[in-house]
Amino acid sequence: MNKDINKKFNLKNFLKQYLFFLITLVLLGVLFIFKFDAGLKATDVVVYSFKEMLLVLPPIFILIGLLDVWIPKETMVRLMGEGSGIKGILLAFLFGTVAAGPLYAAFPVAIVFMKKHVKFSNIVILLGSWGATKLPMLLFEMTALGFKFALLRLAINIPVIIIIAYLMEALIKKDEVQAIYEKAAKM
Amino acid sequence: MGNYIFNGIIYLIAIVFLIISLIKSRQKTKQALLKAWNSFKNIIPMLLGVILLVGLMLSLLDTEIISKIIGDRSGALGVLIASVVGSVTLIPSFIAFPTAALLLQGGAGYTQIAAFVQTLMMVGIVTIPMEIKYFNFKAAVLRNVISFFLSIGVAYFIGFVLSIWL
Repeated sequence: MNKDINKKFNLKNFLKQYLFFLITLVLLGVLFIFKFDAGLKATDVVVYSFKEMLLVLPPIFILIGLLDVWIPKETMVRLMGEGSGIKGILLAFLFGTVAAGPLYAAFPVAIVFMKKHVKFSNIVILLGSWGATKLPMLLFEMTALGFKFALLRLAINIPVIIIIAYLMEALIKKDEVQAIYEKAAKM
Repeated sequence: MGNYIFNGIIYLIAIVFLIISLIKSRQKTKQALLKAWNSFKNIIPMLLGVILLVGLMLSLLDTEIISKIIGDRSGALGVLIASVVGSVTLIPSFIAFPTAALLLQGGAGYTQIAAFVQTLMMVGIVTIPMEIKYFNFKAAVLRNVISFFLSIGVAYFIGFVLSIWL
């Protein structure tokens, strides 16, 4: 009896969590019916992205787990928290630049940083640099679009990312940031 | 491929730290792996949806169509269109950069290409639901909106400098 209630609850939870995925799955089915070729192409991209995800994410999540367990909050606050100044900014850039994988992989990293009370602007810098100044991507960009293009984009993005971070900090109130951090602590 | 080398390095770093962690404390390592697994589980449902959405989008929006949208237009409208295309799509770099290179050969300007590449990296409309979940609505929307407008500035800057430098 008790088990049954549990099961029902889980199914409801499952549906809620996977609603977005189920909708896209239905859309893919519809695409297959109306444009079979496009459906095949979509499946190709999905398989590729899925492989990429499985290849890129595991070490990132392992590092997140290790950082969460081993690095005390005080250390992270000293390095990247309020008052960490230029050191915190540089570290945020460093983390983002040596990163691998799409921007969405940076979100769980941001969560762990919030748990460790890293300054909000430094987290925004991490996101920006994860998106725009990732080293592996820059190398690819150089071969595809030329050395000058990639170098110029890197150079202009450093101040731009800092501007985004400070704008975000100015526009989002302290108590809102607090609420985001509290939500992150529960994740 | 640079991508694989870097991925390999990240694996190496993760493995080295994992071994050090194991030597220092098995208990804590177990805890760390459990946390890793939990954050992974947390991201999966939404990520699967995003991956499928990207697949659907790219099946309808291939290199040729992207070239048609961005390539033969120049000027401010071209920059704006390139920015919108870069913002709403999430194109893996192995497709994005060769596409951008093709566009350049096809006569698109550096400003348009820069707008496309920059928004692709900084603005993510498909991943906004994820960003909202991890941050909140206001922060996610603000970051994307600010990034969108600054990306256009970045594009014009790159286009301007390259017009002198090249």
